[in-house]
Amino acid sequence: MNALSVRGLTKTYGNGVHALQGIDLDVEQGDFFALLGPNGAGKTTLIGIITSLVNKSAGVATVFGHDIDHELEAAKACIGVVPQEINFNMFETPLTITINQAGFYGIPRAVARQRAEKYLRQLQLWDKRNGISRGLSGGMKRRLMIARALMHEPRLLILDEPTAGVDIEIRRSMWDFLRQINASGTTIILTTHYLEEAETLCRNIAIINGGRIVERDRMSSLLLRLHVETFVLNLRDPLAAPPALPGYSLRLSDPCTMEVEISREENLNELFALLSAAGIEVLSMRNKVNRLEEIFMRLVEGRAAGDAAAGAAA
Amino acid sequence: MSRVRWVGFCTIVIREYGRIIRIWGQTIVPPVVTVTLYFVIFGSLIGRRVGGMGGFPYMQYIAPGLIMMSIITNSYGNVVASFFGAKFGKHVEELLVSPLPNWLIVAGYATGGVVRGTLVGLAVSVVALLFTHLHVHHLGVVLLAGLLTSLIFSLGGFLNALFAKNFDQVNWIPTFILTPLTYFGGVFYSISLLPHWAQQASYVNPILHMVNAFRYGFLGVSDVSITAAFGLMLAAAAALFALAVALMNRGSGIRD
Repeated sequence: MNALSVRGLTKTYGNGVHALQGIDLDVEQGDFFALLGPNGAGKTTLIGIITSLVNKSAGVATVFGHDIDHELEAAKACIGVVPQEINFNMFETPLTITINQAGFYGIPRAVARQRAEKYLRQLQLWDKRNGISRGLSGGMKRRLMIARALMHEPRLLILDEPTAGVDIEIRRSMWDFLRQINASGTTIILTTHYLEEAETLCRNIAIINGGRIVERDRMSSLLLRLHVETFVLNLRDPLAAPPALPGYSLRLSDPCTMEVEISREENLNELFALLSAAGIEVLSMRNKVNRLEEIFMRLVEGRAAGDAAAGAAA
Repeated sequence: MSRVRWVGFCTIVIREYGRIIRIWGQTIVPPVVTVTLYFVIFGSLIGRRVGGMGGFPYMQYIAPGLIMMSIITNSYGNVVASFFGAKFGKHVEELLVSPLPNWLIVAGYATGGVVRGTLVGLAVSVVALLFTHLHVHHLGVVLLAGLLTSLIFSLGGFLNALFAKNFDQVNWIPTFILTPLTYFGGVFYSISLLPHWAQQASYVNPILHMVNAFRYGFLGVSDVSITAAFGLMLAAAAALFALAVALMNRGSGIRD
């Protein structure tokens, strides 16, 4: 059974904006799924419809087989959502917020207290449980929203940019926590602008742009489609001009930093052999951009260019 | 009601109660201060010169009306402030994404308003006892009229909060509709003092019926038919509840 299944989902807002234009999407049970797209692509609208915060214009959405038109309460009981914007009562304490959230899902207060302790401890918020939430740092507020979303132990957890504005140390601890949650059987849908995050965590991916799904694949298959990667080489000695190496396109971004494009058919050993022969010593090397980011930009920019060409032709 | 719904309903009410108690300086104290001033000025200073009304000393006559006025404004104010605050702060989404049906959310907030109306009503009654004797003619009528009125204005506050887009719109109805209707609703006088046309106009004011039903429970006198007053209150509560639920189901004011 799919955790989420969406067919022909359309949303046109009152101001005429077509946020979704017939989305079809399946997310398998147990998946860690990335939903990526530029700002305004329709990600939050899609999540809003699934969680009933936005009325759809047309289409069908089911959560673990429960149609949101006919079995909305059953569908909502399966979902935990961590929205993009902070949306808890800033004047309540983390303990109250989490216990109340459990109550909205019918969980008795005695059980809710135990779960609140469990999740607030796991997300390192237990020491802050009785303070006013307004006083929490940005990262703590994000973690509190995750703890709140888990209180009814949902089968499907939807995270809309959960690590926005969170420092790298906390972000990595959140990744570990989300991996554990997913390993315990919870399906996770993640939207994020940190593509490294999606590449690290997710097994499957959909890219949405202009209200349409422009790509849907396994993460590993999608990354294999990247034919050319750009590497940045840090050199020991400065160069006045890039060396002329047969078959390689090299350019200097500064005298000690050189960029080289390597296609999938080429290998790095040959390149390093040629560099050594030319007397160039390489101290370190890194990808210029994250691999997923490179694919993402190509897909999104390609789509934008296609739209522009179609507009010009019309 | 299923266990999930019952726990959900209780959670909303407990949260509302917690809010009332947490900010007691805004929710309980101001109406007590206001009513004390009414009793001192209208009851004690001016009331002595007014003499009797409806066969009772003026202070005793206005006491039920002042209690009812506090119940009305606080029931309305509680729900409009709490629900609009939840919309404004977006934490209403906690409820909207939950499996609780809309009618239960409306019922939970309305009960929260009734809780505050009742707490304030009791506090104001204690103040009234410091100034006058509160004779109870029919306790059942007092309780039913008080609770129904509180429910009606809690639902009214909910509707206001649904439509309000900013804090100005939260204050418009209390300022321009609720306060005039309350002051012309027989809190301070019997409509028998008014000219005929004004009496007829007063009958259109629903608050007149509520205040008089409540006063009947205390003093046994009323300017209106008690049966008609309760009929009106029951119909108003049912209509407002149905309207609030229908608007929630449509997503008015809460969903894009």
